Amino acid sequence: MRRSKLLGLFAAALIAGPLALAAPAQAVTLTNVSYDPTREFYEAYNKAFAAHWKAETGEDITIRASHGGSGKQARAVIDGLPADVVTLALESDINAIVERTGKIPADWRGKLPHNSAPYTSTIVFLVRKGNPKGIHDWGDLVKDGVEVITPNPKTSGGARWNYLAAWAWAAGQYGGDEAKIRDYITTLFRHVPVLDTGARGSTVTFAQRELGDVLLAWENEAFLALDEFGADNFDIVVPPQSILAEPPVAVVEANAKANGTERQARAYLEYLYSAEGQTLAARYHYRPSEPKLVDPELLKTIPELKLVSIDDPLFGGWAKAQPYHFGDGGVFDQIYKPAQ
Amino acid sequence: MSDGSAAFAVSTGEPIAKAVTARPPARRLPTEEAPWVRRLLIGLAVGFLGLFLLLPLVTVFMEAFRKGAGAFLAAFADPAAVDAVLLTLLVAAIAVPANLVFGVAAAWAIAKFDFRGKAFLVTLIDLPFSVSPVVAGLVYVLLYASHGLFGGLLQSAGIQIIFALPGLVMATIFVTFPFIARELIPLMEELGNADEEAALTLGASGFRMFWTVTLPNVKWALLYGVLLCNARAMGEFGAVSVVSGHIRGYTNTMPLHIEILYNEYQFVAAFAVASLLAALALVTLGIKSWLEHRYAGDLAAGHRH
Repeated sequence: MRRSKLLGLFAAALIAGPLALAAPAQAVTLTNVSYDPTREFYEAYNKAFAAHWKAETGEDITIRASHGGSGKQARAVIDGLPADVVTLALESDINAIVERTGKIPADWRGKLPHNSAPYTSTIVFLVRKGNPKGIHDWGDLVKDGVEVITPNPKTSGGARWNYLAAWAWAAGQYGGDEAKIRDYITTLFRHVPVLDTGARGSTVTFAQRELGDVLLAWENEAFLALDEFGADNFDIVVPPQSILAEPPVAVVEANAKANGTERQARAYLEYLYSAEGQTLAARYHYRPSEPKLVDPELLKTIPELKLVSIDDPLFGGWAKAQPYHFGDGGVFDQIYKPAQ
Repeated sequence: MSDGSAAFAVSTGEPIAKAVTARPPARRLPTEEAPWVRRLLIGLAVGFLGLFLLLPLVTVFMEAFRKGAGAFLAAFADPAAVDAVLLTLLVAAIAVPANLVFGVAAAWAIAKFDFRGKAFLVTLIDLPFSVSPVVAGLVYVLLYASHGLFGGLLQSAGIQIIFALPGLVMATIFVTFPFIARELIPLMEELGNADEEAALTLGASGFRMFWTVTLPNVKWALLYGVLLCNARAMGEFGAVSVVSGHIRGYTNTMPLHIEILYNEYQFVAAFAVASLLAALALVTLGIKSWLEHRYAGDLAAGHRH
């Protein structure tokens, strides 16, 4: 008796497994592989786009999202993660997919307005309430007793922007003397007690585990942390100068073609440039590329500061900056020694 | 195991205790520790378990219900959470039966036959215990991802292994492989071949011999192995994380979903899902204890053979 029951359970499991496999959803499904701090924005945007697409074409669309450190996500797409679109933190992460798989055409940057960056952002400081360590500019980060939280530039797009923003400040400060800039960056990373793999991990480290005095954060991530953990715990410090981060988007053409979702994938990214897409971006504290489409009241929440672009001669664009600073044996590898 | 040693202590301890009462009761038995040693050891064990096991477990449930039952239930109203639970059950429903078959086959081969390389096979079965799950996951990525050894072949056939269900199942099978085989091998080795040989000489077919002789002999060990295997299959994080791709509602199992929720500042939801996993573990433990209690005779009989 008992044995037959066991056998029955076993058989049921064997049958139920494949059955559940054979029941895919009928609606069109898009997979958006994105980086860490965009979770909330894309969650809202996916709903908006699904409604828009339904109204426009009558077609139901489901958008699946995957989030993680930008470099790690690019790696996953290279390894075969079936992304229809990628919305990453860095141009060089998308270029890595281009170079290693050819699934994205090499001229992807020209396919959408503003170099395929529908929103931009920058790097600001998140400090403990009242700014007890008096951190106002990049030079204050290397003061004695200041602990800086940033993710690992090897795996995180945000961390590369952090690094480059610091570099840009030091370049101005030391008149472009590279030895002094390197000294500053080396000292800066000596003030980093832990390197998380993604921006979100660092935010949790700083806000939840209460490690460090200052978090180098995406502007939107800093505002989000204020929303989530309460404005009475943290202050945002906007330095006089920072970096212009342009997180790009692209259709992974080969995957979209294989999935039969080219049309939807393209529309999904194009709609980011619509009034609704831009407004949502601003609401989630990104800087819209088309500010004229957004309510000026909403734009007022975005602080003004001097922004240095990656295309500045200082860096010479991602194609040059990526291998020089973050490649194997690049500047970061040379200067980084884990904090004792 | 602990039951056995306790029984041993009682059965041998009593006659000596009686003999002792005849003598003046001033001195302690040479086999007994001083009371302060006993108290210290018990205190250490209980304190350690409480601090490292019980407290975290209680915290999971406390965090899950911190904002009341409503917030707890809301965590499971999220379709992504439901998908994660279903996916976890599905992965376990495939991985556990697969390991049941492999485990019985491996245990059978090792216990009933002698062949060259047997010791190597036994070691190999233990490999998943010693290899880090991350390595297990990466190995599958190296083999089956688009640029992996079989990647091109699979891609041209339109088969997605990594970042899809097959990869999740394979990684889970890898890490849970030893649980069933490890339970069965010592028992089957101890039982020997005598019963099976008797059945065969009496004219039973190989299949009949397996169902009526071997299986009843090992059924409790088998069930025990299945329980442990299932618990680990549902809870596996590392290997699964590497091959998952973290697509919500598609390749996100419960442990991965917990991490995502935690990273999204949804602490109550994260702990609500975590409490479900913890509850599964507690149920597994409960069933295991009940089995041991209810069928202690059977289990012992199996061992005595």
